[in-house]
Amino acid sequence: MNDADKKRLLREMILYRRFEDRSFEAYMERKIGGFLHLYSGQEAVATGVLEMAVVGQGRKNDYVITGYRDHIHAIKTGTDPKAVMAELYGKETGCSKGRGGSMHIFDASQNFMGGYALVGQPFPLAAGLAMGAKHQKTNQIAICFLGDGANNQGTFHETMNMASIWNLPVLFVCENNQYAIGTRIDRSTAVTDQYRRVEAYNMKSSQHDGMDIDIVMAAAKDAIDYVRKESKPYFIEFMTYRFRGHSMSDAKGYRTREEEAEWEKRDPIKIYSRRLVEEGIITPEDIKAMEKEVDDYIENEVIKFAEESPEPKVEELTRYVLDDNPDPRWIGPLQQ
Amino acid sequence: MAETAYWEAIRRAHDEEMANDELVIAMGEDIGVAGGTYKATLGLYDKYGEERVIDTPISENSYTGIGIGASMTGMRPIIEIMSINFALLALDTLINAAAKIRYMSGGQIACPIVMRTPGGTAHQLAAQHSARLARMFMSTSGLRVVTPRGPLDAYGMLKSAVRCNDPVIIIEHEQMYNLKEDIPDEEFFRPLEGAEVVREGSDITLIGYNFSVHLCLQAAKRLEGDGISAEVIDLRALKPIDRETIRRSVEKTHHAVVAEEDEAPVGVGAEIITGIIEDCFFALDSQPVRVHAADVPVPYNATLEKAAIPDANDVYQGALKALGKI
Repeated sequence: MNDADKKRLLREMILYRRFEDRSFEAYMERKIGGFLHLYSGQEAVATGVLEMAVVGQGRKNDYVITGYRDHIHAIKTGTDPKAVMAELYGKETGCSKGRGGSMHIFDASQNFMGGYALVGQPFPLAAGLAMGAKHQKTNQIAICFLGDGANNQGTFHETMNMASIWNLPVLFVCENNQYAIGTRIDRSTAVTDQYRRVEAYNMKSSQHDGMDIDIVMAAAKDAIDYVRKESKPYFIEFMTYRFRGHSMSDAKGYRTREEEAEWEKRDPIKIYSRRLVEEGIITPEDIKAMEKEVDDYIENEVIKFAEESPEPKVEELTRYVLDDNPDPRWIGPLQQ
Repeated sequence: MAETAYWEAIRRAHDEEMANDELVIAMGEDIGVAGGTYKATLGLYDKYGEERVIDTPISENSYTGIGIGASMTGMRPIIEIMSINFALLALDTLINAAAKIRYMSGGQIACPIVMRTPGGTAHQLAAQHSARLARMFMSTSGLRVVTPRGPLDAYGMLKSAVRCNDPVIIIEHEQMYNLKEDIPDEEFFRPLEGAEVVREGSDITLIGYNFSVHLCLQAAKRLEGDGISAEVIDLRALKPIDRETIRRSVEKTHHAVVAEEDEAPVGVGAEIITGIIEDCFFALDSQPVRVHAADVPVPYNATLEKAAIPDANDVYQGALKALGKI
């Protein structure tokens, strides 16, 4: 990876942090409704893993799918931040045309196959995406990002079993932030090391630091190579921490401020910034300028686009329920 | 034309659609090596291989989800659920995912899956193998629900369902798999929408779907002996419902009976009669009648089971009641 790429990665992580911070503000201004789950603190995981995948190349991309904490995964896969913010605003220009919202970011043009609110539901969908890619011999893989809490759903066990017996090319990325909503992992889960749980399904797995993007990228590269070349599933666990609450209504009463302070010292952006400064790739002043450039971009382009975009038309309320242009040979109606 | 059993018709549709399109796959419990509980995929494992005729573990929710995920890449999975009771385990992936992904994505991603499942009572299968549940699926936006009454529709609607771009639930019936009917030798399709007048009449409209169409036809025959001309409508599709065909019939006969094998509350009869009241209330000469199951889990004991589930006599009695003759 050259210096320009390293700077780009740092800028991406700063953008992701600022994007979420700005979403928070828009939510407080009631411009964003519903539930809002922010990714702050976990940036190194999605950024590092997807940096090693095929992303940003449209329909050639690997398939990416995740839960409701999905804004950043979509952007890193290739979705325009403007379309994500417009979706949070519920606008027609949003990537899901305002029908999905924060928890349901979709962008088929980049093979970002959605954010889902049912915890654990993306496991089987991801395995199915992998099955489709394998069947059609496209050399794509599916990458499924979910939290540690999802691993206590039945879909986890059912899907790990099937992905394993059918040799599906799917990478399961467990973002272990140690809290299932507000319940600490050791209070909800008999085996706290998540990567060990798939041994029961004869699946390869490993656990890594999720706060250091260099470690994430190295581990993800090996895992992705394995999945693609062997056409087999792999389960990779990253230890991470979300800096904000589960969603906006979360007062974080279940965590100590001391614990939070310890993890904030391992802020993935701080770790990477420090490293790039030490390596002489960037100066603290450059980083300040980068932050300013990102803030300006978010304000002058991303937010502006979302603010100025039109609402969906009420006359189009019932579009997209079923195929809007069905073939009468299959649909009918029956001629008598 | 060849006399074909319901299960053979389904098998033929699978075979033709799999031969026609590499993207069509079948998945379910025991459908491959074993050939399927109802023989709907008999021999196809040998013909198309284990990657296209997939024996799944007993994991209904997730193998349905895997089918849905595959469909999002353009595959056309036909998913068999051995009993509609087991489909309850798959409601998350089916109702929360398949039925909503097109909408949530603003029309970007289709989920063209077919789910086939028998939903009905047979002989003493007891409460956990006798559910009907059509009402649960027909109340869900984003799904199509069809109920083939015989081999012709079982074949033609499955073929249409495979090609349709929406998730389609096909509700079959344990008592119909051996039902025989002549169907054409050449390929044909039957549409997924539209009710069908299967018997013309002028005095009363009997409305059924799935197995209850046969109860209506038997009742109509008996009514004919009483000098009463009954029209019988097969709904064919429970979502969307063809209200126009029902309205035309009721405006002609002025009396309506709905026969459903399921329990009454929030059911097919409730929906159909509401439609009649909304569409042609003033055409009615009497209040519509619902013939339905008792509001109990289906009992094992044969006498109790018979008492719980409507039969042709119940439809006949319902018609007499609607006509003010009892």
